[in-house]
Amino acid sequence: MDFAIDNVLIPLIKIGVVFGALSGVIAYLTLLERKVIAFMQVRLGPMRVGPHGLLQPIADGLKLMLKEDIVPNRADRWIFTLAPVITLVPAFIVFAVIPFGPTVDIFGRKVGLFITDVNIGALYVMAISSIGILGIILGGWASNSKYPLLGALRSAAQMVSYEVALGFSIMGVLMMSGTLSLVGIVEAQRDSHYWYVFLQPLGFILFFICGVAETNRAPFDLPEAESELVAGFHTEYSGFRFSLFFLAEYAAMIVISSMAVTLFWGGWLRPFPNIAALGFLDIIPGIAWFALKVLIFLYVYLWFRASWPRYRYDQLMKVGWQVLMPLAIANLIVTAILVLAFGGAK
Amino acid sequence: MSTKETLFDASELTVSMGPQHPSTHGVLQVKLKLDGERVIDAECVIGYLHRGVEKLGENQTYGQFVPTLDRMDYIAAVSNCLGYCEAIEKMLGITAPPRAQYIRVLMTELNRITSHLLWLGTHALDIGAMTVFLYAFREREEILKIFENYCGARLTTHMFRIGGTQYELYEGFEDQVRTFIKDFPKKVDEYETLLTQNRIWIGRTRGVGAITAKAAIDIGLTGPALRGSGVNWDIRKAKPYAVYSDFEFDIPTGSTGDTYDRYMVRMEEMRQSARIVSQAVEKIPAGPLMAKLSKIIKPPVGDIYHSIESPKGELGYYIVSDGSTMAYRARVRPPSFVNLQALKQMVAGHMVADVVAVIGTLDIVLGEIDR
Repeated sequence: MDFAIDNVLIPLIKIGVVFGALSGVIAYLTLLERKVIAFMQVRLGPMRVGPHGLLQPIADGLKLMLKEDIVPNRADRWIFTLAPVITLVPAFIVFAVIPFGPTVDIFGRKVGLFITDVNIGALYVMAISSIGILGIILGGWASNSKYPLLGALRSAAQMVSYEVALGFSIMGVLMMSGTLSLVGIVEAQRDSHYWYVFLQPLGFILFFICGVAETNRAPFDLPEAESELVAGFHTEYSGFRFSLFFLAEYAAMIVISSMAVTLFWGGWLRPFPNIAALGFLDIIPGIAWFALKVLIFLYVYLWFRASWPRYRYDQLMKVGWQVLMPLAIANLIVTAILVLAFGGAK
Repeated sequence: MSTKETLFDASELTVSMGPQHPSTHGVLQVKLKLDGERVIDAECVIGYLHRGVEKLGENQTYGQFVPTLDRMDYIAAVSNCLGYCEAIEKMLGITAPPRAQYIRVLMTELNRITSHLLWLGTHALDIGAMTVFLYAFREREEILKIFENYCGARLTTHMFRIGGTQYELYEGFEDQVRTFIKDFPKKVDEYETLLTQNRIWIGRTRGVGAITAKAAIDIGLTGPALRGSGVNWDIRKAKPYAVYSDFEFDIPTGSTGDTYDRYMVRMEEMRQSARIVSQAVEKIPAGPLMAKLSKIIKPPVGDIYHSIESPKGELGYYIVSDGSTMAYRARVRPPSFVNLQALKQMVAGHMVADVVAVIGTLDIVLGEIDR
């Protein structure tokens, strides 16, 4: 009985909660985006649906579901239908390993506030989130239309090149913690008394820049550059299929923010976990710290979008290969030497 | 593309950008030949907004034609109006009274600011910086309110009449203009904080769509597009019309003729326009608004070419009169039309993303190109 509860029931509940919460967060992230950018642009944003537009995401969702589903005549029907799913599913299943909080007691049972703790968590995230790119490429290609094709080609090049730098940028953290498990990395930060952002500042900056590029957000939103490619890879998509791409993009934003928090900002840990005088901060549960930190990164995403122009394709490539890559490798080598010299891994 | 060849066999990709593309500023269609992301050739297709404005000029009396002209460059309707009214006044051998002249200059310069603000907003938006757009519209709104208070219209204002202006300034006009002009240079600085030093912005505009002074003159570029290449040619200074010779202002010029230089020129022009407005609002003379003029306007037989510096460049009117109440021929030299001819040369060899940057920097208005 206990076995069934521990291995079937609890994971299922967790999956349900994460999935439901995630959908809600994504829906309200769209509202947050519109509101935050509106305030930066001296306007109010959505105000009509509900008080201060609070019901806007629901209205948007309903609208997208009720819209006509158009498949272009000459599109490759199968791939066209499959592409949004290929993009969406990985964006959601990545959350399986993200630790939202520590292991806590619920009704006398020890429950970890994460779906599962895989010993290759970081690798799993990197691997699964790369699959999403396939959907974008296939979607642009299957539309059999010119702007989506250009958008898809851009995203193929962009994501492949930034993925490499992204991978290198987290190597420092992995070497210092000596584990690939995301829970293990957070615990290593607790034990070492420092969030890794203080030990790996360059690694963090590189990670976040590459992360923004990976998620196709401004200033790296070339695959869907509205003013150039109309809507990029999803030009031909409408209704619910479009909303799947949309959901995937926002889910990816949350993934990158969560990863940044987990790897560099101490996950669910309170600020300065080594200073006992700040112990009163422990009143706030770890999951709230996690959510707060993720929210800050999501805000930074929106802040970028409101402030900066868009890179050009060749400049984007130049930044990726000529600036970020060498820096990431240099960071890796320096970290490796220091870890060897001072024995960073526990 | 032939039917047998699929999209992926072709080494050259022909993309039709527009007329419903988000950043072709209206209904411009550009047929792009692409090699990957690189532009091999760009051909402009215009005429989607053709309304026969010039022909209308032959079938409307001189006075009736003025509001029609507002619909050409609807972003800078006041300039259109000023050029035409002055051309007819020149034919009739009259000049508008000083009070009217000052009001004209003031309004035209305010309109230049609105036009440049719209250019700034859309140009930045095309390059991906969307906040500038709303900041620019915030100030543009203030000017449009002044227009609305003055003549009831915001965009197609029909602000002047042949022989002067129709409306007296409203109460509180001076204060409203003063308040606006006092803050405006700070607002221009604010736009610049978002763009001028921004690495991405510089990367997207430096060296993009560069054109030499000689090439610019050969094509016939005018306005900021020409001054960006370092040619100091502004009709307000070169051949002063209205009462521009009464004001102190500078003509900013660039050096390399790229998109960044044109951007800097227009930003500075906004400040200079604000300078003219602040001088004009202090010395509007008293006096009548209209010159003595017969009710029916019949210019003597002959022709005239009169040009002014519209926000986009040289806006010229060539009017042929046969002595009747309607023009025999009313020809417009629209600056946008001529400036657009540089597009092909400017984008050759650049990337797709640069095409929208160049369209933005040329500051075209399709209403004026197609007429």
